[in-house]
Order: sequence, then structure tokens, then C-alpha cells
Amino acid sequence: MAALMNWQAVWPEIVLLTMACVITLLDLWLTDPLKRLTYVLTQATLVAVALLHLVAFNAGSTEYAMQRMVVADPLGHSLGFFAVLAVMISLAYARPYVALRDMLKGELFTLSMFSLLGILVMLSANNFLVVYLGLELMSLSLYALVAMRRDHAPATEAAMKYFVLGALASGFLLYGLSMMYGATGSLEISGVYSVIGKGEADKGVLILGIVFIVAGLGFKLGAVPFHMWVPDVYQGAPTAVTLLIGGAPKLAAFAVTIRLLVEGMVGLALDWQQMLVVLSVGSMLLGNLAAIAQTNLKRMLAYSTIAQMGFMLLGMCCTVVSQNTLSAANGYSSSMFYVVTYVLTTLGTFGVIMLLSRQGFEAEQVDDFKGLARRSPWFAGVMALFMFSLAGVPPTVGFYAKLSVLQALVSTNVQGYIVLAVAAVLMSLVGAFYYLRLVKVMFFDEPTDTLPIASTREVRALLSLNGAAVLGLGLLPGGLMALCAQAIVTALAT
Amino acid sequence: MGLLSIVIWLPIAAGAVLLAMGRDGQVAMVRWFALFAALVSFLVTLPLISGFDAGTAAMQFQESAAWIARFNVRYHLGVDGLSLWFVPLTAFITVVVVISAWEVITTRVNQYMGAFLILSGLMIGVFCALDGLLFYVFFEATLIPMYIIIGVWGGPNRVYAAFKFFLYTLAGSLLMLVALIYLYYKSGGSFDILTWHKLPLPGTVQSLLFFAFLLAFAVKVPMWPVHTWLPDAHVEAPTGGSVVLAAIMLKLGAYGFLRFSLPITPDASHQWAWAIVALSLIAVLYIGLVALVQQDMKKLVAYSSVAHMGFVTLGFFIFDSAGNGNELAVSGGIAQMISHGFISGAMFLCIGVLYDRVHSREIAAYGGVVNTMPKFAAFAVLFSMANCGLPGTSGFVGEWMVILGTTKVNFWLAALAATTLVFGAAYTLWMVKRVYFGAVANDAVKALTDINPREFVMLALLAVAVLWMGLYPKPLTDAMHVSVLELLRHVAVPKLN
Repeated sequence: MAALMNWQAVWPEIVLLTMACVITLLDLWLTDPLKRLTYVLTQATLVAVALLHLVAFNAGSTEYAMQRMVVADPLGHSLGFFAVLAVMISLAYARPYVALRDMLKGELFTLSMFSLLGILVMLSANNFLVVYLGLELMSLSLYALVAMRRDHAPATEAAMKYFVLGALASGFLLYGLSMMYGATGSLEISGVYSVIGKGEADKGVLILGIVFIVAGLGFKLGAVPFHMWVPDVYQGAPTAVTLLIGGAPKLAAFAVTIRLLVEGMVGLALDWQQMLVVLSVGSMLLGNLAAIAQTNLKRMLAYSTIAQMGFMLLGMCCTVVSQNTLSAANGYSSSMFYVVTYVLTTLGTFGVIMLLSRQGFEAEQVDDFKGLARRSPWFAGVMALFMFSLAGVPPTVGFYAKLSVLQALVSTNVQGYIVLAVAAVLMSLVGAFYYLRLVKVMFFDEPTDTLPIASTREVRALLSLNGAAVLGLGLLPGGLMALCAQAIVTALAT
Repeated sequence: MGLLSIVIWLPIAAGAVLLAMGRDGQVAMVRWFALFAALVSFLVTLPLISGFDAGTAAMQFQESAAWIARFNVRYHLGVDGLSLWFVPLTAFITVVVVISAWEVITTRVNQYMGAFLILSGLMIGVFCALDGLLFYVFFEATLIPMYIIIGVWGGPNRVYAAFKFFLYTLAGSLLMLVALIYLYYKSGGSFDILTWHKLPLPGTVQSLLFFAFLLAFAVKVPMWPVHTWLPDAHVEAPTGGSVVLAAIMLKLGAYGFLRFSLPITPDASHQWAWAIVALSLIAVLYIGLVALVQQDMKKLVAYSSVAHMGFVTLGFFIFDSAGNGNELAVSGGIAQMISHGFISGAMFLCIGVLYDRVHSREIAAYGGVVNTMPKFAAFAVLFSMANCGLPGTSGFVGEWMVILGTTKVNFWLAALAATTLVFGAAYTLWMVKRVYFGAVANDAVKALTDINPREFVMLALLAVAVLWMGLYPKPLTDAMHVSVLELLRHVAVPKLN
């Protein structure tokens, strides 16, 4: 029985769960001067979890646990490591920001930890029910986080929208999963895979199930036409929470897509690839065009996220052309590299927005960045790096993300995919316009706001580090690429 | 660390140091440091010339190291006769730009100098890269500092010009990225340019690749009809920006034809050479006429640049009926690139000297400058003569070689191209007459003071280069001779499969 449970494979999750409960209880007893302890404990826990993931990733083995309900493999561990890192960075950026807005409460940290737990559960799910469990744990924590500022009308509205549409998406996904279960008789992902492989299941039910699953995933990724919630939630939520929504959960959405569509239903790849192409092209088109018209920076970044997710999906929709796993690994690892680097850059952009915000002032309009190069050349430069990275201009890491996805498209040697690559490239040209506009506002315009930037040394150092990472990975992207490739290859092999 | 790496990264590192120097506190130190860095960066390029073996077409000073293992991208550098001269040229122009900005740029001096030094390193990287992706990274990365330079220190309409510059060139080069990836895939997973040279490709694929490259390089050169970003960028850019843009950045595109289009897609190059020749002649003739009617000096020189670069592309794509390129024409094209680097840079510096004093670029705002600024006028007339292609100046060498080479292939094409000597003389000399000669036109001109020692040094440096190259171009052409012959031999052999 112990072997079937295989507890040590889920150590990181157990540590996180225990500590989340401990910190929740502890926070109730802490009075104001000691509140700092909650934050420190949270970060310490996250460091421990990150290290556990790192160690497990280095071991490189694939283990099943909890009676094959969960799988602990390099894919889960690497994405888990990045997700924990993303939450750590988000909380570090968020702390001074939330302190000024009367949101520095224990709930912020415990809810973040529970949403992270949901993410980690999803990353290592080997069963439809576990996927759903993780998804709901993550989503419910995030809904509550968005609504944390009760007296703030836009935040409440955003929370409402997020909740209603998110619940709908979960419903879609659950419906699709139940059809899969009906057709294959298995809840276990590898079981579904083998039944589909044998070709015994009813194709009609499978396809219908896939449609619902893709719709549910599309919601979580924020791909067109399931993107409606993204701009409102990004804009309405307190920036600190936007960061928590826009960072680690994207990694989870990517991982679930891999677990469900690739590991479970690769036999139906030709069907879901077509759906992803539609989502991807729609996202790039609408995301990029709508972002041009935005004056609110958070809204602009929301549309930019839609476009970026569309680009990321391209890497996943070109993989099965000739049943060759090597090219499949190429495509999926390109997407993984894309999403990891995207999250890294996004953390930085929202970090800068919070850096410029003050008591009673949100630096969320594009115009609030006017003349930043005069006020703080350093952080204007860092922000410019993030923008060039999102636009995909070398030598920033965003370029290699686009390169690897394009490379996956072209290496299929199918005319349709090469045309798709050209279309994607043209769309990213449209995208370059609005990213450049922010650089223009920061560097070419005169400042309207001359107050010095007040922020803690910790945030400054971390932001600089974040910028350095975007540039450094742009100069030497090889290591991270190899890591993504290794994670995907082992995930596909089992 | 090899010599080429030092040549590339030294200015970039110096630029990073300058950027880190913070606000405008220690302006004097920033200027001297920038000058020192630019000079050292130039001096380290000299061993390239002395150590260059002109007897071989092989790549020299090669460096190769694994860079991105997953895509087999290598940090592969090297120069041959085609690229050799652009390395010292770039470093030299950067020295001149630093001197030209000395008292003129007073805000955010460290960022200005830093941007130019970084830009210099990146452009040298383009000329030295032998790996397709490395080339692309350098090629694209140059957009960022130039965008900032135009946008921050530019003229009144600078934002429009900066966006137009960035998006235009990005649009061109993104398709090239797809082409590079396709070549990577076709060659079985290699980004090595020299491997691509040997790669056989079917005809239609070659044509598609050729057009993808053409778009990227034509925008950069720029060729008619995708030249429209250039006048805007030139007019709005600060003097240093215009100098670097005209002297070096345009050459990145022309160099791309030599390194990518011709050797990788030789059959498509033959097939579509007529189109390039036609576009080049339109640039030479039509843009020459456009330059004639300009009211703005910077615009005039910008259009003159387009016309002169037309000569370069004409020389590269002149093939005789047997499909052989012309050695004289190609060498002439390269000589024209180098010479135009000196001359256009000098022309923009002259305009800058006047603009700093009068704050107008309109031709009509001047007249009789020679009366108040005799030393300056002497330089300006010299550079103008070089711009018309007067024998004895560098402008003559390239144009004459291209025309001679073209005559061997087709007399009438050569005759059309030669009309540029007429148009070039017309628009340049007419501007000289209106700006420098005649009676003193107004009080502003009357109040002009002649150039100071700093300006004298910067113009004298370029004057020496122009005259030296005009009187004794042999070392220049000798170094490229074997490489050009090898290129032509390569292009003459079909590599269809």
C-alpha cells in the first residue's frame, strides 16, 4: 500500500499544504508588529517547495503516486519550480503595493499558497478528477483574491466576471472530461490514451468531448473566442492580484493542455490541432489589434497576453504531421519555452507598474509612464527590455521564444504551416507597434509626474534582477531551452 | 577571446558602462570616456587590416563556439575581403560621431554616447557574423539604439520618424527570419552561412527565399520603392544618428545581398537580376531628380544616398548573358559602399555644423556662408565634389568601376547609370551654390563663426579618408579582389537540385 501511495513523490505538495494551513492559523494570532512573520514564513515555505521541485527535477525520474492519481515527472517538477518562483516574485513585488492599500492581510498569502497548491496539483495530475480538483482549488482561491478589496467597485466587478465565466469554463471542461470518460471508460490519463490508441472508442463522442475540453482550456488560457474575461479582470483586479493571475496560472494552463490533449488524447491530435489553429490565429489577430486601441496599460497588457497565448498555441498545433515524436517534442518544448519566458517577462512588467504606483495612485494608464526615462533611467530601461522582449526583438529572450515556435512550424515542411508562420510573424509586427508605443512614452515624452519613485530596496533589486534575466536569457538561451526539451521528451516517452 | 570578439564587445561593454553612469552630473568625464572608448575600439580593428591575407577568399580571424545547442546555433565569426573594410569603417565613423556630439548634445549625454557605442559594436557584429541566427540577432538589435537615438535627440517630428524607421525595417526583416529558419530546416539543422552557400535548392524555393531576403535588405539599403522611411529618419535624427544611418546602417542591407542573396540563391539571383537592375536604375534616375527639388539639406543628402546606393545594387546584380557577374562592378559596388560611408557621413556633419549655429536645415535660410566660414566652406565644397564623383575623391572610384563594369555587359544600362554623374553634380552643386556662395544672405549667416578646432578635426579626419581613398584605392580593392572573384565563381554555378 505504501508503495502505491508513494508519498515521497508528492513531498512538495504536502509541505505546501501543511505550511499553508499552519500559516493560516498562525496569522490569526499575530498582531500588527508581527505581521511581517506571515510574509517571511510564506516566502520561506515557497523557497523550500521550489528546492524540493528542483531536487526532484534533477533526479529526472518519473514516478506515479497516490494509486496512479498523480504523476511526478520532470515536466511537472520543472513547471512546478517555475510556478513557485513566479508566485514568490509576485508576492515580493506585491507586498509594498498591498501595504499601501490596506490589503496586507494574511489572506493574501494563504490564498496565494492555496492557489499555488492547486497549480501544483494540476501540474502533476494523472487523472481527470485530479485535474479538476487542482483547477478548482486554484480558481476559487483566485476569485477570492480578486475580490479582496471589497470596497473597490472595479475589483468587485472583475471578481464577479471572473467567477461567472470561470465557473462556466470549469463546467465546459468537466462536461468534456465526462464525455471522455463515457467513451473510454477510464479516468486515468494514460488509460484514456491507450483506449484511444486501440481505436475502440466511439469517435463521435470523443470529438464532442474534445470540443468541450478545448473550450475549457481556451478559457483558462484566455484564447479567442473565450477571452472576454481577460481584459476586465486584468484591469479591474488590484495589480498585485493581476500579477498572480497572469503569472503562474498560465504555466498551469499550459501543463493541463499537455497532460490532457497530448498525454491523453494525442491519438486525436489531428482533430484538436485544427481547433487550436483557430484559437491561435483568432487570438493573435484580435489580441494584437485590440491592444493598439488601449490607453489603460493593464488592459493593453491583457490583450497582449491574449496575443501571446495565441502565439504559444502555434507551437502545439503543428506537432503531429507524420506521427513523428521527435518533431512533436520540438513543438511542445517550444511552447513550453515560450510560456515560461512569457511569464518571466510579464512578472517584470506588472512589477514596474506596481513600482510606480503610490498611495492613492495607480500607475496603470499608458500616460502615467510619460518621461519615465527622466525620472528613473534605470527602470525605464528595464521596462523597455520587457517591452522589446514581448515584441520579440533580439537580444531579449522573447525573440528566442518566437524563434523556437516559428522553427517548429517551419520544420513541419507543410505549406499550410509555413503560411501560418508568415502570418504569425506579420501579427507580431502589429504587436511591435503598441509595445514600442510604451517605450516611446517612457523615453521620448516629457514627464508630467515629477515625484521620485518610492519603493523598497528589495523590490528594486528584484526588478533589476528580473530585467537582467530577460536580457541574460536573451544572450544565452540555450540552457533553458535544453531544460524544456528534456522535460517534454521524458513526459512524452512515458 | 579572439580579435573579432574584442572588436565587437569592447564598444558594447564601454557603452554599457556609459549607460550605467547615471544622470548628467559628470558630462565632461562621460565625453572623454566615450572618446577614449571609441578610439580604443577603432585601434583594435587595425590589426585586422595588417593581419589580413589578401591572397585567399577563405574566412579569416575565425572564431566558433557552441551558442544555443538545441538549434545548433554557433557563435561563429569571421571576415573575408567582402566584409573586412566595414569593420574599421564602422569604428572610425563612431569616433567621428563622438567628436561631433561633443558640445552639441547636452541632455542625457551618457545615454547618447552609450547608444552609439553599443550600436557600433552591434553593426560590426553584423559584418562579422557567419551564423545566420547570430547575423539576425545583431541585425535586429541595431534597431533598438537607433530607435532611441532618433526618438530622444531627434527633431520636432521625431516620434513619427522613429516609429516609421523601426516598423519599416522590422517588417522587412521578419520575413527574412522565416527564410533563415527554412534554410536551417533544409540544411538538416544548421545555421551556418557557409553551409548554406553549398546547399542545393529547387528553383521556386530559391525565388521565395530570394524575395524574403530582398525585402529585408531592400528596406535597409534602401531601394526604391521602399525607401520612404529614410528621408524621414534622416531629417529627424540628430546629426550623429544621420551619420551612422547613412554611413553604416544602409550598408548592412547591401552587405546582406553579398552574404545571403547572391551565394545562397544564385539561380534566383540570375532570374530576378533584371528586377534589381531596374529598381536600381529607378533609384539612380528618379531619386536623383527628386533630390534636385528638395528644400531641406538633410532631405537632399538623404535622397542622394538612395541614388548612390542604387549604384551599389546595380553593380552587384549585373550579369552578362552567360550568367557571370562582373568583378569590376561588384568591387565597385563595395568601394562605393565604403566611399559613401565617408562622404554621406561628412555631408551630414557639414549640415550639422550649420544647423548647430543657425538651427535651420532649409537651403533658403543660407547664402554666402563662404564669406563668414571660409575654412568650413572649403571642407564642405570638397565633400560636395566627392558626392558628385569628382576624380581624385573616393566618390569617383566606386562609380567609375560600376559604370565601367556595366559597360562591358550592356552599354545602354551603363549610359543610363552614368546620368547620375549629371544629376548628382546638379543637385549637389546647386545646393553648394545656394548655401555657400553668393552674397551674405541674412543676419544669421553674417553672425556665423568659423569652425572650432573640434569641428576641424572631425571634418579633417573624413577629408583625409576621402582623398586617400580617391587617390590610392589599391589597398582597398586588393584586399577584396580574391573574395569577389570567389563569390562570382560561386554565383555562376547553378545549384538547383
